[in-house]
Amino acid sequence: MRREAKITGKIDWLIIFIYAALVMMGWLNIYAAVYDPENFKSIFDLETDSGKQLLWIGTSVILIIFIMVMDFRFWDSFSIILYGAIILMLLGVLIFGREVNGAKAWFEVGSFRLQPAEFSKFITALVLARFLQRSDKKVGEFKNLSIIAMIIGAPLFLIFLQPDPGTALVFAAFFIVLYREGLTPVPFILGLSSGVLFILTLIVPQIYMVIGAIILAIIVISLGQKSWQRFIGVIGTLAFVLIIIFSVDYLMNESTILKPHHKNRVMVLVDPNIDPLGVGWNVTQSKIAIGSGGFFGKGFLDGTQTKFNFVPAQSTDFIFCTIGEEHGWFGSFVLVGLFITLLLRVVYIAERQKSRFARIYGYSVASILFMHFALNIAMTIGLFPVIGIPLPFFSYGGSSLWAFTILLFLLIKIDSHRLDVFGR
Amino acid sequence: MNDNRKFLIQGFFVLVGLIFIIRLFMLQVVDKNYKAMADSNVIQRVDEFPYRGLMFDRNGELLVINNPVFDLMVTPLEVNKLDTAFFCELVKIDRETFDTKMKEAKEYSRLKPSVFIKQLPLEEFARIQDYLVDFPGFFINARSVRSYPHNVMSHGLGYLAEIDRQRLDRDTTKYYKKADYVGMSGLEYSYEDVLRGKRGVKFKLVNVRGVDKGSFKQGEFDTLPFPGDNIQTTLDLELQVYAEKLMEGKIGSIVALEPGTGEILSMVSAPTYDPNLLSGRAFGNNYMDLLNDSLKPLFNRPIMADVYPPGSIFKMFQGLVAMEEGVITPDTRIFCNRGIIACHGSHTNEDLAGAIKHSCNPYFHQVFRLIVNQNESSNTYKDTEIGLEKWRNHMLSFGLGQPLGVDLPNEKAGRLPGPGLYNRIYGEGRWRFSTIYSLSIGQGELGVSPMQMANLAAILANRGYYYTPHMVKGIGEDNFVPEEFTTPHYTTVSAEHYETVIDAMWRVVNEDGGTGFRARIEGVEVCGKTGTSQNPRGEDHSVFIAFAPRENPKIAVSVYVENSGQGARAAASIAGLVIEKYLKREVTRKNIEEYALANHFIY
Repeated sequence: MRREAKITGKIDWLIIFIYAALVMMGWLNIYAAVYDPENFKSIFDLETDSGKQLLWIGTSVILIIFIMVMDFRFWDSFSIILYGAIILMLLGVLIFGREVNGAKAWFEVGSFRLQPAEFSKFITALVLARFLQRSDKKVGEFKNLSIIAMIIGAPLFLIFLQPDPGTALVFAAFFIVLYREGLTPVPFILGLSSGVLFILTLIVPQIYMVIGAIILAIIVISLGQKSWQRFIGVIGTLAFVLIIIFSVDYLMNESTILKPHHKNRVMVLVDPNIDPLGVGWNVTQSKIAIGSGGFFGKGFLDGTQTKFNFVPAQSTDFIFCTIGEEHGWFGSFVLVGLFITLLLRVVYIAERQKSRFARIYGYSVASILFMHFALNIAMTIGLFPVIGIPLPFFSYGGSSLWAFTILLFLLIKIDSHRLDVFGR
Repeated sequence: MNDNRKFLIQGFFVLVGLIFIIRLFMLQVVDKNYKAMADSNVIQRVDEFPYRGLMFDRNGELLVINNPVFDLMVTPLEVNKLDTAFFCELVKIDRETFDTKMKEAKEYSRLKPSVFIKQLPLEEFARIQDYLVDFPGFFINARSVRSYPHNVMSHGLGYLAEIDRQRLDRDTTKYYKKADYVGMSGLEYSYEDVLRGKRGVKFKLVNVRGVDKGSFKQGEFDTLPFPGDNIQTTLDLELQVYAEKLMEGKIGSIVALEPGTGEILSMVSAPTYDPNLLSGRAFGNNYMDLLNDSLKPLFNRPIMADVYPPGSIFKMFQGLVAMEEGVITPDTRIFCNRGIIACHGSHTNEDLAGAIKHSCNPYFHQVFRLIVNQNESSNTYKDTEIGLEKWRNHMLSFGLGQPLGVDLPNEKAGRLPGPGLYNRIYGEGRWRFSTIYSLSIGQGELGVSPMQMANLAAILANRGYYYTPHMVKGIGEDNFVPEEFTTPHYTTVSAEHYETVIDAMWRVVNEDGGTGFRARIEGVEVCGKTGTSQNPRGEDHSVFIAFAPRENPKIAVSVYVENSGQGARAAASIAGLVIEKYLKREVTRKNIEEYALANHFIY
């Protein structure tokens, strides 16, 4: 009884406040994105994205109530079953899914669509947390690492096959979690530097890159102390670098893993001016919309660029354009501020957990939200190739709003039990 | 260490946030370019439609042209001070129509133009054009539709229609957009990629109210539309017109090929329809009418009617396979006993050529038995299975039982039964020669499309090989022809066996008492064979295949007329006339022409 009475007192209201603010702002901006001054439709009109989003928000509230009253241990115990189910769904969507924009990512029943990849993220987080819950499981051990790789790799691989490289990339978020749990940052650094090398090779001609890498290797070898280990290390690094340099050519020209529009998006990032009206169209229009916002923006519903369909996917992946245009730098600042506050708060919550299960889950929440936030904004302002991933709580879409709501509120629920004596 | 990491992670988050805020500050506050680009003008892309390639016949006559049509467009927001009564009178619509059309346009968008009246004819356009300046918001959008000056060849040429959902989804190149017109059948479909050309794009500046402000950067980024390639078809327009006339009031088809190249000289599917019906304003209604017509005019019989039994024309090929298998020689005589299988005419004991000339059923019943039962196995069931498989492989090499690969969509395979089929029907080891003997005279489970029949005639004309029948003679300026149409396909029967059969076909047409006498032409050595194919649903079908002249053949023909009785009547006379028209360019045998046009073949 005592516990029941106190439950609301232990809920982290700051997070809920930020959540509510983001969802409401998102809803208003979705309305602004689809608003047509010549063809007035109410924000509640169920034919518009904003009206439908309100439905998703309403159902999300129901989901929240469920999560808060349900015993949170359910999620722990059933995580494996959920995981199995989501893997089956990801397999199923490859076979029965409806192809939209070249990717088989959606189940379609009548007018209702579901994107299983969205739900795979929090489920993977749960399973990962459960696997590592005993504090003697060292992340660095080979056996554990391979199991972790399988847990993360299975959904990642299936999503990659859709192909939805954007959502697949979000799974890199788990590096942050594993890093916190003691994984060496080497793979992360390797991954990051490969990315940098990749982009660099697109800008600088291949032959210069090769010569540069070899000269650099010779300098490093000749400068330091002469030892065999050191020599082999440098040569190994050089080989790795060369492989990346040569693979760029293959990936961009020969291979079919990257579809032409993926390749174009990478090329535009390197030089946005190569084709401002062709493949660069999305980014150009997005930047014009955001850039024209000024300091305080043009005002709610007064945007011009985000009307007329200049910017693609205005209410989903490019929703940030509407904020940028109508609310200017100030609005963007508030949005970025809210997200960073949310992320820091989630990390704070994760750190105050007693159980390793809860902490890992908390870090997963922070990392997944971070990846979505960072990649989405970076894409709209031309810092990252255009990949279709939504801005959490903000973008139009039932699957993503539900999935992010579950992701966040599971943490809030778990956190509200942090002082339980028997705990987990 | 992990405490350290906690702070590193949080620092990383904050760093990214800072980068964004700084980048956004540069973009939104410092850099004034974007504001300028958006404030005064916005860029709009407008598609420029290419000119679709034309089609010619083999002698350079135009078959398909583009006709300009004019859509009356409206931008509802720009309409003001409209004298509705006068406007309605001008464009000849009543007030009610005007109101509904205007409402539809407003519902679509007040800012963007939508079609008010589709495809005004040229005269109409000329009449109202001058008045339009007085009606702001209304303007004319010119585009082109297909037009067919000769009203023939609807099945081969095909038609265009708005792209459908599935086709859009299947388009991996992302070229097509909603409301694009694409080839839906015939050559328009098969050569869509070369005919369509490439869309151009024009970037123009419009202000925030959508008003045109000229082109963007003096058109630096604009691309011109690239017109589609013209196609020279293999058709002979004059022959086609004549052949369609011959098939009026009949159901069936004519296919004429040039044996030396596989070029389709003429292809008629009767009943046919005027191709202009499926172009222009009345497309929707006309299409539904044609679709619901009980005679199925949209059905392209030459390549889709693959359940036709070939009947007696099949006998030549039984003879050829039997000679190749070595089970008969040209001199083999078989007594016409008329026991198991009926026969006709007065003959008793013919050799191969005689049997073909008299179309002797018992002869080929026996020949087929010799092919199928060669005593490879002591078990008669097993033996039949081995023999039938061997027979089927020969027939496959004649292009039967598979689509030939004609450059028209929806070509059907035909039906060439083998052991697999009979095992499914009767069970393994439960059928033998007496079960399948109808095949011997081209009946039973056999199905051959008229295109395949014409190809059989071409094989005979070539003495053992064929080129895939096709309808393009040259694409674009360099007269490109796909390689699959220039490689010969050889049959499994060697060339030396053909002369006997061809001699028999010559006798069918040119000897007294031959059934093909209506195809006899003065000065041209026509070789042909009639067929009267039984049909459980009514009168027999009339069939004839032929080629001419005997040496250096220039034309191979198949004619199939449904429910018209003996092959000697409808089919033979039509085939003869087609050959005469093609080789002599005019028809002098007026009595045969009258006979073929009169349509009284059952008597």
